[in-house]
Amino acid sequence: MEFLIPGLRHFLVLGSILFALGMYGVLSRRNAIGILLSIELMLNGVNLLMVAFARYITTQQELAGQLFAIFIITQAAAEAAVGLAIIIAVYRQRRTIQVDQLDLMKG
Amino acid sequence: MVFNALTILVLPLLAFVVIVFVTRSNQMLSALLSIGAMAIAAIVAVFLVLPAVLAGGTDHLEFNWLRLLPAGAPQTGTESVLRLGIAIDPLTAIMLLVVTVVSLLVQVYSRSYMIDHGHRDPGYSRFFAYLSLFTFSMLAVVLADNLLFLFIGWELVGLCSYLLIGFWYDRPSIPGVHLLPPWIAAKKAFLTTRVGDVGFLIGLIILWNAGGTLQLSQLFAQADAKSGALFSASLLGQPVLFWACLCLFAGAVGKSGQFPLHVWLPDAMEGPTPVSALIHAATMVAAGVYLVARTFPLFEAAPPALTVVAVIGGFTAIFAATMGLASNDIKRILAYSTVSQLGYMMLALGAGSLSAGMFHLVTHAFFKALLFLAAGSVIHSIGTNDITQMGGLRKIMPRTYWTMAIGGLSLAGFPLFSGFWSKDEVLSSAAIGAGPVLFAFGILTVFLTAFYTFRMFFLTFHGSPRPREGEAQTSHPHESDWWMTGPLLVLAIPAVFIGFWGSPLPPFNNGFQHFLEGGAYREIPPNWILAGAGAVLAIAGIGTAWMMYGTRPFVAEPLARFGSAYTLLARRYYIDEFYMWLIDKLVIGVGYVVTIFDREALDGLVNGIAALCADFGATLRMAQTGRVQNYGLVLFGGMAVIALVLVIVPMVRP
Repeated sequence: MEFLIPGLRHFLVLGSILFALGMYGVLSRRNAIGILLSIELMLNGVNLLMVAFARYITTQQELAGQLFAIFIITQAAAEAAVGLAIIIAVYRQRRTIQVDQLDLMKG
Repeated sequence: MVFNALTILVLPLLAFVVIVFVTRSNQMLSALLSIGAMAIAAIVAVFLVLPAVLAGGTDHLEFNWLRLLPAGAPQTGTESVLRLGIAIDPLTAIMLLVVTVVSLLVQVYSRSYMIDHGHRDPGYSRFFAYLSLFTFSMLAVVLADNLLFLFIGWELVGLCSYLLIGFWYDRPSIPGVHLLPPWIAAKKAFLTTRVGDVGFLIGLIILWNAGGTLQLSQLFAQADAKSGALFSASLLGQPVLFWACLCLFAGAVGKSGQFPLHVWLPDAMEGPTPVSALIHAATMVAAGVYLVARTFPLFEAAPPALTVVAVIGGFTAIFAATMGLASNDIKRILAYSTVSQLGYMMLALGAGSLSAGMFHLVTHAFFKALLFLAAGSVIHSIGTNDITQMGGLRKIMPRTYWTMAIGGLSLAGFPLFSGFWSKDEVLSSAAIGAGPVLFAFGILTVFLTAFYTFRMFFLTFHGSPRPREGEAQTSHPHESDWWMTGPLLVLAIPAVFIGFWGSPLPPFNNGFQHFLEGGAYREIPPNWILAGAGAVLAIAGIGTAWMMYGTRPFVAEPLARFGSAYTLLARRYYIDEFYMWLIDKLVIGVGYVVTIFDREALDGLVNGIAALCADFGATLRMAQTGRVQNYGLVLFGGMAVIALVLVIVPMVRP
């Protein structure tokens, strides 16, 4: 049962799965809020990878990985606020947040 | 002398320019300006240039016109500059005499002819402007010292004939009298002569390629040398020169109305009569004969080409004469006689006698101008061209009657008139140089010419008036005024006497021929049997016409008893119909095929490419959905593929 002992590989797999799920959501969700949530998921998948690399590969004194994660969390909060604001603005304008109906750029 | 020649050349052009830009609104001033310019030119030609050349002078002036190669480019045997120039020699001097004198008299005559019952033609000024331009063009042809300049004048002559034949462009055709409206006749003349002109142009290109020059003197030098590129064998084993001459002759055939391009000449009668006189005597048709005469050394160096000239000329002479038998239009009869006489000139040239051809051209110019102007006087007086509606004009128009009699006798070759001497020269040269068949054509044509000329003459002037029903009251035949009959009387003098210049009688001794050809002239021994035969045939023709038309009142056409033969002649051998058929089937047929090719193949290609682009664009357009998610899918999909490749390739190739 060697593989059940937590190690770097487990964190990498989990982070990648989160990232992939998030990407799938970004590409397939029709609801703008769903897309926003999926983006959060991708960001957090990356955060997990950062912290894992920081824990297993660099020394204890180096805090670059953790620092990046904190930055990303902060940035994600701001992004969520701006994103939701845009979604509300779009909703007021178009009475929908279904992105497949927001195709003004279609050629 | 060059200055005098330039004066002659420039004056008509000046008159044209001034009339067009300045005096157009003042009709009489325009006419007098044109006549005055022509009068000065004629005086200079007759009293300054001709005596100087008679005294043995020649002159030459040229300047460089266009540089074809940069200076200092390697010489390739072709000239590096195009030159314009004028040359004066006996041939030119003779043509200057003919062109200026006839043009002057025609213009004087036009002053009254273009006034109909006291009303000046609305295009009065335009008419004189065109006449001046026409004369200028012909003078350019005559004076040119190289073939390019000659060709420019040549094309201008064609243009002016178009403008003048179609002068009354708004007149409809009158069934039975005019077959074509003038504007169509003008187009017909222009296009028909254009067929020959293409040949001329090809001839120029051949000469330029092989000879490297279009200067006549240099070409003649090459022809004399009997060697060089002009004599290298080409198609059918003939030298290049032969084909060049044939092409030049094609141009002459078109302009001079030789078979098979004669069809435009009778229809050119739709123009005003002075124009017909000008075209048939001094300009247009003379240009064709002049071209052959001018380039005669080239033709002499390619004897087969001369044979072609003789055959075409001899055939045209009799062919046109037969058509003249069955025409009832006074001007058309004269037109056929012109075609026939031009055939004579070509026959003489083809038989190798430059002087005989040119001699006939000179005498013909005077008596044919006289005949046309007299015919115009008749038409102007009674308002119809149809000789079956004339008759009895002898008492009413005595001056026209007597001058036309002189012209007719000269044309028929009545002894001692001008036409007799020149026709005798033509027949003598044909007897020596053209073979028995063509000679027979020539001698038979003498009889035919005399017959149809006097058929027309007797129907016009003798018997009693035959106005059409209901027209007896409206037409008032009268003698024309002196502006019109004056030129007739003046022209009657050369029509009688100029022939003596070239007659073999003692005081004259073929003076014309010696003058024209100089030392190269080989005397044709006077053949009195032939001259007598010609005279007898001419008198027989006149007598036959007198028997059939002069002695009894004209009721029905006596020639009509020949039935289908008469119809064949009256319909001009159906050649016009044949050409129409040919154009209809051949040209329109080819055009149809070309249209299909154009529409299906060419348009198909273009439209196909366009449709392909449109389809491609439409397909590509579907990729642009406007949904960011789709773009994102492609983006990440691409990244995934790249990542996969980066992972797999190292695994496969460690």
